[in-house]
Amino acid sequence: MISIRRRDLLLASLIIAIVWQISAAIINRPILPTPISVMLVFWRDVKNGELLGHFAVSLWRVLAGTLLAILTAAPAGLALGQSKRTSRLFSPIIYLLYPIPKVVFVPIILLFFGIGDAAKIVIIFLILFFQILVLVRDQAATLRPELIQSVMSLGAGRRALFKYVYLPASLPAILTALRQSVGTAVAVLYIAELFATTRGLGYYIYFEGSTLMDYPAMYAGVVAMSLLGLGLYFSVDRLERWLCPWQYTN
Amino acid sequence: MINVEALTFQYKLTPVFENFNWQVQNGDSWAVLGTSGCGKSTLLALLAGLRFPSLGSIKINGEILTRPRPQTGLILQDYGLLPWATVRQNAGLGQEVRRFYGADGIHAPRDLTPHESVDGWLKRLGLDAVADKYPAQLSGGQRQRTAIARTLALGPDLLLMDEPFSSLDAPTREALQTLTSDLVSEQNLTLIVVTHSIEEAVLLGNRILLLKNSPNQTTHVIDNPHMGINSYRESQQYLVLCRELRGLMEEGG
Repeated sequence: MISIRRRDLLLASLIIAIVWQISAAIINRPILPTPISVMLVFWRDVKNGELLGHFAVSLWRVLAGTLLAILTAAPAGLALGQSKRTSRLFSPIIYLLYPIPKVVFVPIILLFFGIGDAAKIVIIFLILFFQILVLVRDQAATLRPELIQSVMSLGAGRRALFKYVYLPASLPAILTALRQSVGTAVAVLYIAELFATTRGLGYYIYFEGSTLMDYPAMYAGVVAMSLLGLGLYFSVDRLERWLCPWQYTN
Repeated sequence: MINVEALTFQYKLTPVFENFNWQVQNGDSWAVLGTSGCGKSTLLALLAGLRFPSLGSIKINGEILTRPRPQTGLILQDYGLLPWATVRQNAGLGQEVRRFYGADGIHAPRDLTPHESVDGWLKRLGLDAVADKYPAQLSGGQRQRTAIARTLALGPDLLLMDEPFSSLDAPTREALQTLTSDLVSEQNLTLIVVTHSIEEAVLLGNRILLLKNSPNQTTHVIDNPHMGINSYRESQQYLVLCRELRGLMEEGG
């Protein structure tokens, strides 16, 4: 894993802002406001709580879906990885469902779960569930019987095996799955928030842009959504360094 | 101490032991020698309480073995360390597991007393400098030392080892064989080491159990009274016994 320095990140952000500023100056139309005008609106809507409210709703949906996916997919992945027979039974089903882009289920899920948070949470859950399931399963399958036996010989029963072997063994797989899918999850959340809701960043972006034609506000929404994705990605990264330090040794 | 009585065990449909009998006295150092597939690792798993006989019984100190026994230490060839734990954490894992359950008599001895820190063991085994490193950062010898520290930190009375040094280079292997012998006499342990190496069997076992083709029905025991004398590795008795065992193994194979 490449570690990026904070200074380089700031520099990269600055370059993006400069390119944006120059493009805005050249294009010179309301559909591409300057970063400064967007930031001013962003700050205004953060202060008056509007953007922050939508941000919080989107964040809650992502976190709830993620947590639900971890709590169900990680144990299922462990079970599949440790039992060849169960794995053989479920592999064809997973093989068929895993590659389907879950975004195509959005209309169906909206039909079944209706407006409100449930539909959005289910969509996030679906995206992350298969990713975590597959990675934890593969990780658990690499746990050698010798390792399990030697820990059992120290007196470990089922509970201790879970705490000292299975849980730490599945952590990196869960975090890798989150790192890979959290971006997709936010993207699909955006799509889901375009329909049948009045809360969330997806709605904010759509409403400001298409209904009010307030382009700086729409861009402020895009910035907020980017920050949500970035923030989640960084959080996973930090969690990984904190929880899996052995992966960062040579 | 250990009584293997009329043991019958089969793996899937292959019989490995049939009506097999064997006794181990306290303080003995046994080497179980045989070619691969003869059932020696199975015997160790049975003694560790990780597998169970289909007929007959294994008694340790008079009690029939029905689960891994807290006073038995098991050291496998490799893969026994948690990759996500440092040397110190790995060495302390057994103690941690015992604290987790408390003195329940199943996972930990009923007379469990608070353990001393593992640091003493790390020092004794020359691991203090790498105590905060992860297994992937260690040499094979250091990894096996960590496994030994983890087992001895629990104060076992019986030490079971399955091909413990076979993946190590010759000098490291010899150093660890000597260390094992020293620790076994120092801690007054009963040792059962499973190996396919004739030299290792002769160096570590004052008695040698020879397993031939499965199913094993008779107990071939070869005494090794000179084990432990100074520079045994270079002595005539050592060479003679190695030759004798080689002959016996070829005969059986």
